[in-house]
Amino acid sequence: MQKDKNIINKFTEESDYKYGFYSDIETEIAPKGLTEETIHFISKKKNEPDFMLEFRLKAFRHWQTMKEPEWAHVKYQPINYQDISYYAAPKTKKPKHESIEDVDPELIETFNKLGIPLEEQKILSGVAVDAVMDSASIATTYKKKLAKEGIIFSSFSEALQEHPELIKKHIATVVPYTDNFFAALNSAVFSDGSFVYIPKGVSCPMDLSTYFRINSANTGQFERTLIVAEEGSYVSYLEGCTAPMRSENQLHAAVVEIIAHKNAEVKYSTVQNWYPGNKEGKGGIYNFVTKRGICKEENAKISWTQVETGSSVTWKYPSLILKGDNSKGEFFSVAVTNNKQQADTGTKMIHLGNNTKSSIISKGISAGFSNNSYRGLVKIGKNANNSRNFSQCDSLLLGDKCGAHTFPYIEAQNKSSIVEHEATTSKISEDQLFYCLQRGIEMDNAIGLIVNGYAKDVLKKLPMEFAVEAEKLLSISLEGSVG
Amino acid sequence: MLSIKNLKVSVEGKPILNGLNLEVAEGEVHAIMGPNGSGKSTFASVIAGRDYFDIKEGEVKYLGKNLLEMSPEMRSKEGIFLGFQYPVEIPGVSMTNFMRAALNEKREHLGLKQLSGAEFIKIMEEKQELVNIQSKLTNRSVNEGFSGGEKKKNEIFQMALLEPKLSVLDETDSGLDIDALKIVANGVNYLKRKDNATILITHYQRLLDYIIPDFVHVLYDGKIVKSGGKELALELEEKGYEWIKEITNKE
Repeated sequence: MQKDKNIINKFTEESDYKYGFYSDIETEIAPKGLTEETIHFISKKKNEPDFMLEFRLKAFRHWQTMKEPEWAHVKYQPINYQDISYYAAPKTKKPKHESIEDVDPELIETFNKLGIPLEEQKILSGVAVDAVMDSASIATTYKKKLAKEGIIFSSFSEALQEHPELIKKHIATVVPYTDNFFAALNSAVFSDGSFVYIPKGVSCPMDLSTYFRINSANTGQFERTLIVAEEGSYVSYLEGCTAPMRSENQLHAAVVEIIAHKNAEVKYSTVQNWYPGNKEGKGGIYNFVTKRGICKEENAKISWTQVETGSSVTWKYPSLILKGDNSKGEFFSVAVTNNKQQADTGTKMIHLGNNTKSSIISKGISAGFSNNSYRGLVKIGKNANNSRNFSQCDSLLLGDKCGAHTFPYIEAQNKSSIVEHEATTSKISEDQLFYCLQRGIEMDNAIGLIVNGYAKDVLKKLPMEFAVEAEKLLSISLEGSVG
Repeated sequence: MLSIKNLKVSVEGKPILNGLNLEVAEGEVHAIMGPNGSGKSTFASVIAGRDYFDIKEGEVKYLGKNLLEMSPEMRSKEGIFLGFQYPVEIPGVSMTNFMRAALNEKREHLGLKQLSGAEFIKIMEEKQELVNIQSKLTNRSVNEGFSGGEKKKNEIFQMALLEPKLSVLDETDSGLDIDALKIVANGVNYLKRKDNATILITHYQRLLDYIIPDFVHVLYDGKIVKSGGKELALELEEKGYEWIKEITNKE
């Protein structure tokens, strides 16, 4: 028995984080600290229209009155917001890359190493990429091809230059800068991100993706993504993230807003693999992110699918406001924590329209000394007749030093609606492991198989190429965690 | 092939095997019978390398190597197969993925090239026919929602895929109706070759109507107290285990 226990307890081995390298790229970094001047500096760097600067300043002034939230089930050293640099961008000769040939080869090489080739002919067929390093977008592929359909897919900075009216119309309509501490901070200092606009009736012919990379030390990454899907349109959007291994923590506070109009559908998939810190819990990214979508009109549909394996602390609740009648929201999540990682993640489903439906499937996997919490709110407004929610929250424990927690909140104000919640907690069984071993499957592979099987309901929601990556990632994150 | 000398094993301080001796050569089928609690399943688990036992004494040689020093996965790759009495369910993991992982790890160990998905499916279909297991089972998650009989058939199917040198089938006949029993027995008989061996662990003589053993051993109180040919099984069936207990206790 003791030996078996040792097998399970030996969870603390550091798994290989293969994206932990640093690229030596000439970078322009703003001095540390955050004042109104910093905001003027960023806005000027980006040559922004006045409304944007005003928005930033309002957000900053509001942020100064706010307190960092403490309700999440996570513990971390207080962040000194004056000790962070709020702008870092790879230096380039030209302010904007007209084509891939203008991009610094070192940058292209960095993304090649990450498995994200930026030359269009090499890219996974059917996926357009916006690559963001630190505070700036480096390249966006397939822009011209997409433009033929009227689709706008560009970095946020470019969109501000080329389509300021669209940004002005939609920014902060889903996540106002007053929403929460980190959203206010992001609104003040955000540097880049992606903007997607799908015109009426257009089904985007390829998956769009943004790849976020933190490279510089002592900086934070504050990106903003805005997706607008007009009536009857469709888009599938993917995001991936990695960072170098460093012993200091780095802050990532993003805001994502999605607006889906009548009959529109948006699928948003995330594979989050920020550096998780070492096995003692030193270093790693603080991932404090606000993501929210609104199904603004009838029959709109938005789904969030996330595979979260990285970051030392995660604070993230991709949420949906189901305003249009018959609109639909989905949240599918796999969150893995190992060693000393902490995750407090989940969703909010706000039902406002009639006949609105939402589904939540959350699979938490905890190993080592980690803590993994699901926190979710299902709210049925008083006018949301005949609405339905189904939530399933499962936790899997590997070993006996980790924690799994579930905090479901349900507020139902309408009698004709139905809310269902199911939750399970299980341990990976030694009988299952031994069965695999007896068939000649090595321990790490056995855990990978079992965990992937456990998470299958969520993984199958991911686009094909992403699903394969995510499966590998799940196995790697837990490698060495047993035996 | 397998040589066990004076094997003494205890679990949490309680002796289970008390000096077990057994020799198994290539091409042989051995049946180990015995009453409940005689140590039959412990024996199977020790051979497969389950590690919650304390091996107190004795040696186990497999193909000339010290088996007790080998990890469970290495034993499997070297050709030892355990047919589980209670096969476990692994939700969400398809039989196809599971067995492809198993077979490819074994092939890697043997220096053979990895099988592609298509190659594996071809082999799987051949073996499926052999043990008469429907393709709908292989499309499902490992043992999930399988009936008792389906689980046992699935064990034989896995045995067919891995082509072990030494198979230990732990109570494979328990919980089977007569049709399923025949399918399992046919599978075992079909897979029998001159260079492999099988140890059947069973409670009842019934299975031995379909798989004819070369040797029958009676395990009682952690020791093999009587060995003989297939007629010993019939004698046991007739006289019951009380008879064995009496003669053993007299000694």
